[in-house]
Amino acid sequence: MTLEFGSARPIPKLEAVALFKDFPGTSGTVSALEDVAIRVWPGELVCLVGASGCGKSTLLNIAAGLEDATDGVVLVDGYPVTGPGADRGLVFQSYSLYPWRTVAGNVAFGLEVKGLKDDDIAERVRHYLGIMGLAKFAGALPKQISGGMQQRTAIARALATEPKVLLLDEPFGALDAQTRSAMQEFLLSVHRELGTTMLMVTHSVEEAVLLSQRIYVMAPNPGRVIAEFKVPFQDRSHSLVHEPEFLSFVRQVDDLLRQQASVVGTQ
Amino acid sequence: MEVSAPSATDSLPPPGYTPVRRRRSGLKLREELPQRVRWPLVISSIVLPLVAWTMLSASGLVNPLYLPTPAATFAAGVKLAQGGLLLSDMTATITRVAIGFGIMAVISIPLGLAMGSLPGIRALFEPMIGLIRYMPAPAFIPLFIIWLGLGEAAKIALLVIGTVFFNTLMSADVAALVPKTLINASYTLGANRRVVMRKVILPHSLPGLLDAMRVNLAATWNLVVVAELVAAQSGLGYRIVRAQRFLQTDDIFAVLIVIGLIGLTTDMAFRLLRNVAAPWARP
Ligand SMILES: Nc1ncnc2c1ncn2[C@@H]1O[C@H](COP(=O)(O)OP(=O)(O)OP(=O)(O)O)[C@@H](O)[C@H]1O
Ligand SMILES: [Mg+2]
Repeated sequence: MTLEFGSARPIPKLEAVALFKDFPGTSGTVSALEDVAIRVWPGELVCLVGASGCGKSTLLNIAAGLEDATDGVVLVDGYPVTGPGADRGLVFQSYSLYPWRTVAGNVAFGLEVKGLKDDDIAERVRHYLGIMGLAKFAGALPKQISGGMQQRTAIARALATEPKVLLLDEPFGALDAQTRSAMQEFLLSVHRELGTTMLMVTHSVEEAVLLSQRIYVMAPNPGRVIAEFKVPFQDRSHSLVHEPEFLSFVRQVDDLLRQQASVVGTQ
Repeated sequence: MEVSAPSATDSLPPPGYTPVRRRRSGLKLREELPQRVRWPLVISSIVLPLVAWTMLSASGLVNPLYLPTPAATFAAGVKLAQGGLLLSDMTATITRVAIGFGIMAVISIPLGLAMGSLPGIRALFEPMIGLIRYMPAPAFIPLFIIWLGLGEAAKIALLVIGTVFFNTLMSADVAALVPKTLINASYTLGANRRVVMRKVILPHSLPGLLDAMRVNLAATWNLVVVAELVAAQSGLGYRIVRAQRFLQTDDIFAVLIVIGLIGLTTDMAFRLLRNVAAPWARP
C-alpha cells in the first residue's frame, strides 16, 4: 500500500463505489450488480470468485468502460471511469487476438493506436515478448500457436500499453490443466516483475488462493459481494497447493460458495 | 503403486495382426483429398463433357446446324479471332463489366460495412434493399432504355442494379461477423470508433468482401451478356445475336466458351487475390 503524496489517505488504484447494474430481461429486470463495492490497492492482485451469473464479467466490463453502470461509479486513481481506455487493459476468456496480425503485430496494436514511433513500438514489443516468453513466436499467426501461447499474447498486448490496472476475465478458463498451472506460475512471475495492479475473475477457488492477495466472493440474484478474504500466504508457487494450510484455506472459501449455492437452490 | 517403464516387447503387435490402412475414397464428408485422387476427378470434369459433345455431334443424330462439332467450334473461334472481331468484342464487354463492377463496388462496400457495423444504418437501409434485390434486374431494362437511351449508360445501369444490392447485403453480413470481443478488446487498447473501423473491421472483413465480390462479378458477367443481347453494337453478347441471325451456331458456341473462360479466369484471379491479401484466412 503506497501513500499518495500530499494526501492523508491512500487512494486505491481501482475502486467500485455503490455499483448497480440492471439488465432488462424477459421476466422483469435482472439485477446483475447490487450495491457492489470493491477496492484494489496499487500493486495488488485481487481475485473475484462466485457462481455463474453473479455479475463478475459485468463488473469487469464496467471497470473497463465497455458498459455503463445503472448507478454508482468506478474510480481509477480516484478519477471516475467514463469509457474504455488504454489505462485499463482487459483480457478475455475467449481468445481475442487479431487473426491477421502476427504475435508481435498483436502486441503492437495498442502502441500503434497511441501513435508511438515505429522504433519505439518495435522495442517495446520486443521487451514484452521477452517477458512473456514469446520471442520465438513473434512472427507466428495466432492460429499457428497453442491456446496457452495465444492467451500469453493477449496478456502481452494488454500490458504493452502499460495500463494502470489489468483486468482479467477467466483468462485461463479455456486451457487444459497443465497449461493452466503453467500460466498461473507465469502470471505470478509477471506480477512480481512488473508490479501491475490486477483484478482477475476466476471460477477456481484454488487459482484465486494461489494467485491473489485478496479474494472477493460474490453471489447471484442479485449480484453482490458477500465476503472478502485476505490470503495469508507469502511464497506463491505451485508447491503451495499441497500444503495443509493452503488446502484448508481453499476449503473455507469453497464452503462459503457451496453454502451460497444451496441457499439459492432452496429458494 | 508400482510404475515400470514399458519394455520394447510390450509395444509389439500380437501375432496375426495386420495394420488397417485407411482408404481415401473422396466420399467422406470434408475429408482431405490426396492429389492423386483429386487430379483425375478434375480432369474428368472437363474431358467427359467434351467427349460426350464430340460423340453426340459426330454421331449424325443431331443436325450440325443445331450442334456444331468441337472442331467446327474451334475453327469458328479462330476465324473470329483472326478477323479482330473477337478482340474488339472482348474489349467492349470487359470494359462494360469493369465500369459496372467498379461503380457497384464503390457503392456497396462502404454501405455494406456501415450497415454491418452500425445497427442504425442497417435498420435504415436493409428493408428497402431487401425488397429491391428480389426485383429481377433484366426487368429494369425497358425502364433504363426510357430513362437513359440505348447507349452505354443503360447497360452499365443494369449491371449496377443487378449486383449492388446483393453485394451490399453480403458485405454487411461479412462486417457483422467481426467478433464483439475483438472490437471491445480494441477499445480497451485505446482505439476509437474510426480506428476500430480501419484497423479491425476492415482487415477482418477483407477476405469475406473479396468472396462477395467474386460471386457478384460472376453475376455481372451474366448481366452484361443480357444487356448486349437486348441492345448493343459491340460486345460478346452482340456477337451471339448476330450469329443467331445467320444461324451460325458454331460462332455462338465459340463465343459462349470464350465468355466461360474469361469468367473462370477472373474467378481464379479473385481467389488468388484473397489468398495473397488475407493469407491468415486461408482454409
Ligand atoms: N447484455 C446483457 N443483457 C441481459 N442480461 C445480461 C447481459 N449481460 C449479463 N446479463 C445478466 O447479468 C447477470 C450477470 O452476468 P455476468 O456475465 O456478469 O455473470 P458472470 O458472473 O460473469 O457469470 P459467468 O461466471 O458465467 O461468466 C446474468 O444473470 C446475466 O444473464
Ligand atoms: Mg463471466
